[in-house]
Amino acid sequence: MIEIENVHKSFGALKVLKGIDLTVAKGEVVSVIGGSGSGKSTLLTCINGLEPIDSGRILVDGTEVHAKSTDLNKLRRKIGIVFQQFNAFPHLTVLENVTLAPRKVKGMSKSDAEEIAVKHLNHVGLGDKLKVYPSRLSGGQQQRMAIARALAMSPDYMLFDEVTSALDPQLVGEVLDTLKLLADEGMTMICVTHEMGFARDVSNRVAFFDQGVMAEIGPPEQIFGDAKNEATRKFLSSVR
Amino acid sequence: MFETDLSLNDLMFLAKGAGVTLAITFLAVTGGTLMGLLFGVIRAQIKPWMALPLTFVLDIFRSVPLLIQLILANAFQAIAGFGISPFVTSCIVLALYTSAYCTEIVRGAIEAVPMVTRRAARSLGLTWGQDMTQIVFPMALRVALPSWIGLTLGVMKDSALVLWLGIFELLKSSQVLITRLQEPMFILLITGAIYFMLSFPIARLGGRLERKWKEND
Repeated sequence: MIEIENVHKSFGALKVLKGIDLTVAKGEVVSVIGGSGSGKSTLLTCINGLEPIDSGRILVDGTEVHAKSTDLNKLRRKIGIVFQQFNAFPHLTVLENVTLAPRKVKGMSKSDAEEIAVKHLNHVGLGDKLKVYPSRLSGGQQQRMAIARALAMSPDYMLFDEVTSALDPQLVGEVLDTLKLLADEGMTMICVTHEMGFARDVSNRVAFFDQGVMAEIGPPEQIFGDAKNEATRKFLSSVR
Repeated sequence: MFETDLSLNDLMFLAKGAGVTLAITFLAVTGGTLMGLLFGVIRAQIKPWMALPLTFVLDIFRSVPLLIQLILANAFQAIAGFGISPFVTSCIVLALYTSAYCTEIVRGAIEAVPMVTRRAARSLGLTWGQDMTQIVFPMALRVALPSWIGLTLGVMKDSALVLWLGIFELLKSSQVLITRLQEPMFILLITGAIYFMLSFPIARLGGRLERKWKEND
């Protein structure tokens, strides 16, 4: 379970998160929507401790992420994250990209790590690209590789930060299909997304962020059918 | 018809000088690169104001002409009674000089690795050290290599200045032959050719590595 309690975060004078409360249960898929600069992506990087927070706390399975005593490198093994920008390791093949963390972080043998990597790469449809370098992949393939790379650590939670935003429109579908597959398998996911169709079809709950505040959260039918908040309605009418 | 008094013995004398040039270059570049790596990582990873003292000292080594550094260092060690040989003094000064340039190459190359790539590495649970050795160094190496090869070739030629401390490296050896045989053009031509023969393999090695890495990009 991920518990976010009254989290505040600013970059200098800019307040990005102004008291966020959100609990995500095991097996749940929560989509986070909202305009740019509303703090959605920042929240994700706070959850796995890549960014410090000013106040409040974030608990992952009861472990406080920003406590001094927390071993972040250990905690991050169970939280996978995929970013908007492609971030393949360009000097490693697809297979090496995926086996790196299991080998170095978990200390797996090369053959064990490769077995897991091949399984996940097959899963995301890249089983035929094992020996290829990332520069030979399309954007959609690079994102799917990043998903396989995160999954190879067998995380309990997956965070997706606008993973389709940098893709050509015709490549968006293949990545969303991969996310749907994961959701169907019961992965706990927080997806920051601009894909309203995806948010509606796949999530258990949809959260709308507005200027650092979670203005509204509810089941997709309610958010997309009968939003209570004026800002939510305005945002949804602008993206449709 | 062309005639010369240059004997096989004289050529061996030049070859010995070339050996000294190669040895000084090797020691200076090895030491300078190791220091440059350390200083470059420090410069790239800590806040600029904290690295200020280091930056200042390295700027001195980059700004003051090498010849002045060599003569001052040699005079200082003599006055202080360290009893360090001119050869060792030369190697130390050249290594520091190399490290000052290498630091900037390393810093620039590390900073060229996109932040988002490093975040991805850390988010997988890799430690700072693992991120450095597995992701940052391999990626930075591709950026740094052309400049580093240039630096190495530059140091090899700059090492000629140690002749002022009385070291018989390649250029000094050629001067001796010129004085004795009075054939400056011919001897300098040969000396230049030897410098070229020393540099060429290093430059080619760099080119080959770059091409090999390009295949993946």
